[in-house]
Amino acid sequence: MTILANSLVIFFISIGVLFIVVTAIGLIRLPDLYTRAHAASKSATLGVMCVLIGVFFHFWLIEDHFNPRILLGILFLFITGPVGGHIMTRSSYIAGVKPWKGTVRDELGPEIDRMKKEQGIK
Amino acid sequence: MAFQIILNFVLAFVWMFLSSNYTATGFIVGFILGIILLIIMRRFFTTRLYVYRIWAIIKLTLLFLKELVLANIQVLRVVLKPKLDMQPAFFAYPTVLTQEWEITLLSSLITLTPGTVVVHVSDDAKTLYVHAIDMSDVDEAITAIRDSFEKAILEVSKS
Repeated sequence: MTILANSLVIFFISIGVLFIVVTAIGLIRLPDLYTRAHAASKSATLGVMCVLIGVFFHFWLIEDHFNPRILLGILFLFITGPVGGHIMTRSSYIAGVKPWKGTVRDELGPEIDRMKKEQGIK
Repeated sequence: MAFQIILNFVLAFVWMFLSSNYTATGFIVGFILGIILLIIMRRFFTTRLYVYRIWAIIKLTLLFLKELVLANIQVLRVVLKPKLDMQPAFFAYPTVLTQEWEITLLSSLITLTPGTVVVHVSDDAKTLYVHAIDMSDVDEAITAIRDSFEKAILEVSKS
């Protein structure tokens, strides 16, 4: 039983660490802010969630201590992770950060231009 | 929906008082009997049974977890591919959802699903502007996935 619990903990924590490493590599390798936001908002969320689930299982199954604060932390990450990615990409686009030259289609540009004209922002 | 849940709680408490059994077991038995009573009396409610909506929420959560894992595997493939040959794109996605919490939920779901991040929601909240990391092969698949999301959210909000 201990072996099973230990392997569960090891599985979740190593998956989480793998995704966090992928996030870091993605932040270095990807060409522009918008593609980096993909790596940051998805892989970081799931990576930290997996690590927290591993910690939760460790304390629950091995140390015999049920800690609901970890579960609440997972829930809050789940809610706030995508919102952070959205807000950062949106404010960067409005502030005029140019997408990568390989971007094939841009339907957002005209919309933002129209919005800026309406609100009188240069 | 809230009315039916409160009614179910009240029925459970009535059951506890009737059997003078003030424990968690008594409450659960009363709650289950209350659900059976609500199912028998469903003809008199104007909205559908709340059990269906809870089932729809559970299905949406499972769908969400599945898509989250798939999204991460896809990001992993893009990041670790030796050559950076993806084709990012911004595209507009017209949505049929009307209420604000539905649109917020849909944006969060889209942001955590494979290859898409919501960048902007138009002022009239009818269009979502989405950044896709790889336009070439994902476009069709994404439309299908988001249709399933939108359908799942509509299933939750249906009265």
